[in-house]
Amino acid sequence: MALHHKLKTFRLGGVHPDDQKLSAQAPITPLPLPKTVTIPITQHIGAPAKIVVQRGDSVKVGQVIAVHEGFVSSNIHASVSGRIGVIEETMDSSGFKHMAVNIRVKGDDWMETVDRSDTLIEEIKLDSKEIVACIMEAGVVGMGGAAFPAHVKLSVPEGKHVDYLIINGVECEPYLTADHRIMLEKSREILVGIKILMTALGVKQAIIGIEDNKHDAVELFEKLLQHEQGIAVAALEVHYPQGGEKQLIQALLNREVPSGGLPSDVGVIVHNVGTTYAIYEAVQKNKPLIERVVTVTGKSVKQPSNFLVRIGTPVIDLLIAAGGVPEDTGKIVSGGPMMGKAIADLDVPIAKGTSGILLIPKEESTRAEVYNCLHCGKCIEACPMGLEPYRLLILSKKGNHSRAKEEHILDCIECGSCSFVCPSNRPILDYIRLGKTQLRKPKKA
Amino acid sequence: MNPVVLYTILTLTAIGIIAAGVIYFVSKKFEVKEDDRIGKVEQVLPSTNCGGCGQPGCHAFATAVVAAGDLSELHCPVGGNAVMKQVAEILGIKAVERDPYIAVVRCSGSFEHRKKTNIYDGTESCKIAAALYSGDTGCAYGCLGMADCVEVCDFEAMYMDPKTGLPVVIEDKCTACNACVKECPKGILELWPKGKKNQRVYVACLNEEKGSSARKECSVACSGCAKCFEACRYDAITMRNSLAIIDPDKCKLCMECVDTCDVHNIITANVTPEKIQAANEQRLKREERARKKKEEEKLAAEAAKQQGNGTAPQA
Amino acid sequence: MSTGLLTVSPSPHIHSELTVPQIMRGVIIAMVPALAFSIYNFGLGALYVTGLAVIFCVGIEYAIVKYLLKKPASIHDGSAIITGLLLAFNVPSNLPWYIILIGSAVAIGIGKMSFGGLGNNPFNPALVGRVFLLLSFPVPMTHWPQAGSWSLDAVTGATPLGILKDGMRAGESMDSLLNQMPSYVDIFFGFQGGSLGEMSAFALLLGLIYMLYRKIITWHIPVSMLLTVVIMTGIFWLIDPAKFANPLFHVLTGGVMLGAVFMATDYVTSPFTHRGMLIFGVGIGVLTVLIRLFGNYPEGVSFAILIMNAFVPMINRYAKEPRYGEVKQKR
Repeated sequence: MALHHKLKTFRLGGVHPDDQKLSAQAPITPLPLPKTVTIPITQHIGAPAKIVVQRGDSVKVGQVIAVHEGFVSSNIHASVSGRIGVIEETMDSSGFKHMAVNIRVKGDDWMETVDRSDTLIEEIKLDSKEIVACIMEAGVVGMGGAAFPAHVKLSVPEGKHVDYLIINGVECEPYLTADHRIMLEKSREILVGIKILMTALGVKQAIIGIEDNKHDAVELFEKLLQHEQGIAVAALEVHYPQGGEKQLIQALLNREVPSGGLPSDVGVIVHNVGTTYAIYEAVQKNKPLIERVVTVTGKSVKQPSNFLVRIGTPVIDLLIAAGGVPEDTGKIVSGGPMMGKAIADLDVPIAKGTSGILLIPKEESTRAEVYNCLHCGKCIEACPMGLEPYRLLILSKKGNHSRAKEEHILDCIECGSCSFVCPSNRPILDYIRLGKTQLRKPKKA
Repeated sequence: MNPVVLYTILTLTAIGIIAAGVIYFVSKKFEVKEDDRIGKVEQVLPSTNCGGCGQPGCHAFATAVVAAGDLSELHCPVGGNAVMKQVAEILGIKAVERDPYIAVVRCSGSFEHRKKTNIYDGTESCKIAAALYSGDTGCAYGCLGMADCVEVCDFEAMYMDPKTGLPVVIEDKCTACNACVKECPKGILELWPKGKKNQRVYVACLNEEKGSSARKECSVACSGCAKCFEACRYDAITMRNSLAIIDPDKCKLCMECVDTCDVHNIITANVTPEKIQAANEQRLKREERARKKKEEEKLAAEAAKQQGNGTAPQA
Repeated sequence: MSTGLLTVSPSPHIHSELTVPQIMRGVIIAMVPALAFSIYNFGLGALYVTGLAVIFCVGIEYAIVKYLLKKPASIHDGSAIITGLLLAFNVPSNLPWYIILIGSAVAIGIGKMSFGGLGNNPFNPALVGRVFLLLSFPVPMTHWPQAGSWSLDAVTGATPLGILKDGMRAGESMDSLLNQMPSYVDIFFGFQGGSLGEMSAFALLLGLIYMLYRKIITWHIPVSMLLTVVIMTGIFWLIDPAKFANPLFHVLTGGVMLGAVFMATDYVTSPFTHRGMLIFGVGIGVLTVLIRLFGNYPEGVSFAILIMNAFVPMINRYAKEPRYGEVKQKR
């Protein structure tokens, strides 16, 4: 054993929720094909894609059903083969209704262009531009949760020099294990994915950041990387929200993204491991993003699992495969417990950004009694951005949004650490989010 | 007298006189000259500082009025025409009459009509819930029922009806200051002309979804059947997607549309049932006449056709 | 399969274990050693005063919330119990019941509830009550029973600080005064005259360690305050040992320990940020030493804390933590 040395982590704030990685040992298993899928056309940040199919059309797996509109947008592909059903506004995991394409599944008929074999293709034939085009075509978006189109991130604005690629394998959200399993089972593919990204960006150095509660993944990559030049793996202290781009960059490279800036301002591009794997598949196998790994977990779930799921599969199918919905389920969260969104409806489809489905028992699903603010300062201690959440709550509540802006409310990454630690159970993040939306909203005439 | 007491009194008196002198000097030296009409105008304003006029407060409104010297753009909705007349008198300019407005609630999805589909457990605020998701009922357009509008009302002109879960506007108290309209994240509240004899008619629904899905979510949702649209003689009703919208400027308050609505979602205020019934009968008669006329025309056309057919070969 | 309606709420969906009632319970547990010691030292009088103060404080808060504010009860958060305990810690163990009642009424009624209850009071309620009593009833508030005497009407004596101040005024030398005092070991463990909770530095330190371990408070206020007291008194002692007592004496006697551990660390009336806490602690230390050495009162911790309480809003305004991305990257 190596000497125990202090692991790297980010500088400011953060919290240590119980990590509860119940499904860490569950291998990725493909979920049986659903009967129907509902594929929303807004699964990414940016403009919704434009639907190019009509009711009644037959589609194959991997066929484009909606094309990106503008650069900050993403292609949407059919994740199953079958016939297009209704195209209407449907509730998705965002909690709002968006246009979605329903496909009734018939067989499993793939586009011929997709290489479905398991063989590892290591040689990278494409150049930078072709890689970006290929990723754009495949509709790859950030799979850590934010769902930012991957090709946009790879197109570094002119005048900025990027010298580091960071691969985010932190998975700091409690419960979730999707990235962990991908790292264990698809490590070689991820390595090729990293090389593809390095080629696309023209960078010479890459670091994979992994929290130390996934020590097996750290060791695996250490072994794989022995003979690799320029790629390193770093074990990080378990510390939420280390998976936040800004926190991860600070932890690994000690660089701080300026307020309102992007990682590329400090010469870094960050990609999630899941995205990296999807990029490998898109570039080497010509496979668009039509399925992803989703963790189904929760204290009361019979078999906490990691499923390989077609995009658009209703949540209920995953829950049944994991042993059914326990009687005492009070809340179902799409994503992790710190930043995920509670869903109201079990027919909500899995989207490109859905990393997990978390079941919370009834007694833990409601909020506790709220007390007055004690001025304990724990929210300030916990804020990874060094803001003063208590003050932002007061300002937002009073509607003093201009003052809140001066107090840098827009720097908030909505990690939830403040609400998590507040001993008075004050809904700090609720109000900060409100303040942010009020500031972003165009003024009413 | 004890010298200590004497000195104390003398010192304090001296300090008082000096301080008074300083204050007098400062107030003269730094006096801000203001048009005295502003003060006079402010006196007649309701001093609620509600912001309904678009200005940050009554003083700002008074300043703006005096500066503009014209009342066509500025109006105090709380004071109404009476106050504006006084303002006009003070400034010696022409008063501009405006129709009084009132806030109306454009949702009728009460508890019994609109079933809950989930339990909201966040902060009790419509704005926060609206930013999170589409709401705790199936309808994404309806009232969230957490009383942001009631809270923001400066005039205690609103309350939540515990039976329906919807806000109610108290007609006599509402000043049309627009605060609730701005506050509601769903746009349920809308300013509406108070109308002749305080009579109004509006559609209490904002759901633009197709009739079938809207009705699934709320039993009184506007299904977009367009019966009211067809009944209106003044083109005051338009259809947006699957929602009927009444244009208050064009509406003549004939009330003929009211009874066409299957779900009784065309809401009237201060209209007697007799008037609605009479209007409905009138509409039915008119429709009957129209139908008869049409039939006659049809018969006539057919007859003409037959005649034509009959005569054609001869020609 | 149906589980009824699901709950929907904004994230985060989990919460840390530490909540207000737990924090209050933790603080009460941290006070137990000091309370136990004062019972051992002063006997039933200590228990009697503490019990009365707690009952009065809780009762008055309950009555105010129920009959004046007509709001749901707030006493279950436990903060009134702490105010009662702290008030008792700050008074002699032979105080008559009506003075305790007045003190509790002032502490809760004026010090806390008139500002809107827990979380809104600018001044530490127990100290407001204590200072009110000190100014209104100077004689009973400054006559402490001798340590180790169990009976309620025991001989009263002064605190070491009182002896020092009176002695210096009478023109006695520092050496002879210090010789009249108990040994430092006795003082450290608490065999000295004084208010209920302030005698035993040892018991108070146990409480401090517990609260630090439970992460209820951070080290910033106690350490900065104690260090300031040590450094300030140390400087004066080095300048003229004949006129000023040594730092160890100052830290161990009077309310410095109690103030540093329980009074100044009160969440509500101390700054939010670590930087602010350091400024706050240093301010209290400086004021305490100034009052002790140059003021009229032998003891100055209560006043020092109350004065610094008044500066907390200003400290909060200016003592901010560094933000992420605020410091421009050098590379």
